[in-house]
Amino acid sequence: MTSTGAPLGLRCSNLEKRFGNFMALRRISFEIRAGEAVALAGHNGSGKTTFLRIAAGLSRPTSGSLHVGSEDILSTAVRMRIGFVAHQTMLYDELTAEENLLLFARLQGIAASAERAAELLRETGLTERRRSLVRTFSRGMRQRLTIARALLHAPSLLLFDEPGTGLDAPGISWLAATLLRVRQAGCTILMSLHGQAELAAVASRALRLEAGSLAADSSSGESIESVLRVKER
Amino acid sequence: MALLQTTATLFNKELRTELRSRELITTTIVFIVLVVVLFSFTFDPTSTESRRFGPGLLWLAFLFAASLMLQPCFLREQLNDTLSALRMASPDPFAIFLAKLAANTMFLLLTELLMLPVFAVLYNVPVWHVLPSLALVLFAGSVGICVAGTAVAAISAQARMRELLLPLLLLPLLTPVLIASTEATAALLAEKPELRLDWLGFLAAFDLVFLTALWLFGEFLLEE
Repeated sequence: MTSTGAPLGLRCSNLEKRFGNFMALRRISFEIRAGEAVALAGHNGSGKTTFLRIAAGLSRPTSGSLHVGSEDILSTAVRMRIGFVAHQTMLYDELTAEENLLLFARLQGIAASAERAAELLRETGLTERRRSLVRTFSRGMRQRLTIARALLHAPSLLLFDEPGTGLDAPGISWLAATLLRVRQAGCTILMSLHGQAELAAVASRALRLEAGSLAADSSSGESIESVLRVKER
Repeated sequence: MALLQTTATLFNKELRTELRSRELITTTIVFIVLVVVLFSFTFDPTSTESRRFGPGLLWLAFLFAASLMLQPCFLREQLNDTLSALRMASPDPFAIFLAKLAANTMFLLLTELLMLPVFAVLYNVPVWHVLPSLALVLFAGSVGICVAGTAVAAISAQARMRELLLPLLLLPLLTPVLIASTEATAALLAEKPELRLDWLGFLAAFDLVFLTALWLFGEFLLEE
């Protein structure tokens, strides 16, 4: 399944997010062109998750703007073209793997929802466990299903927050191959990473956040490897 | 049409998850039975006395049980951050509220209907001859409780001290529903039963006002 509609770029300008007295993001401005695959690095607490949640339209910035395509991220229409993998699974433990995918496929108005769910269950290697409740799944199986949920509607923009969490070595290889495939299909990717060179290899650009500020961008000449190398604290 | 389809899909999910976990219904039924039975131990009412204060007791029990039942409806969406997934996938966030409202009302009505025979026996108040009218009052009152309760549950789920916040916000807000439902029920259980359309109209207006507020501001309640 190819991406729904044209790939979406992302542009943020003077983006700030404050939680009480804590400044999680400080005047961040950059642009990701449609079709780019960007890796986002940074220490724990550097603002990666906060940024990704704002980019997914789930959290409102304190100031500044973030546009996906030409629309403000708070528009429902643009939010539905984004695929998001967060720290938590965003799956219902009391539903089966198949029921979870069918639920989100139907909400997203996918015409052949059963076929699409079956296709993704096959790709994730979960066909045999499709009728098992998610609460019986291992962390790695949940993560595969989470990724499948994010890919269901063939999104135009993928936001992945540490997508390799819980995956074993074959799982990481599967994820890297999947990311390459969706990128070739025209999807824009922004993923936060901690190490995992195999996933970083998919990226055509890297950004690094430090204490809520944009500290490095490989598009200004630095190599991707050097931007992704997070200094010891 | 899209709103109805989305609501139906989400309502189906609410039913399926509840039928598998049985968290809400079981807790609510046990709570209401406990309140009504324990209260019956404290005095030995005659039929006339029961007709006077029975409706108030019944609706208070429903109200407390509902505040217990409504608490997890958004809290359990936070466990795996499924609320975020719903917000991203639903074309209309109002559908999330509508589905929860429909499911909560259904669960509350179910417990109320199960409770009626227990109430009738323990308090010596016949209810069968007014059952259709009583069902109407129960429905209007339950929608009132659930429409305001679902909104407050969404607000309190994101707050600190959320377990305390929901009843603190909800119970004063539902005072009009409590008064109207009690008066309408009392009129039905009187010796000469009467369906009080004025109280029923009041409940319908309350339901409509809160439903409109949810439609207008629902998306803001779901934001982080």
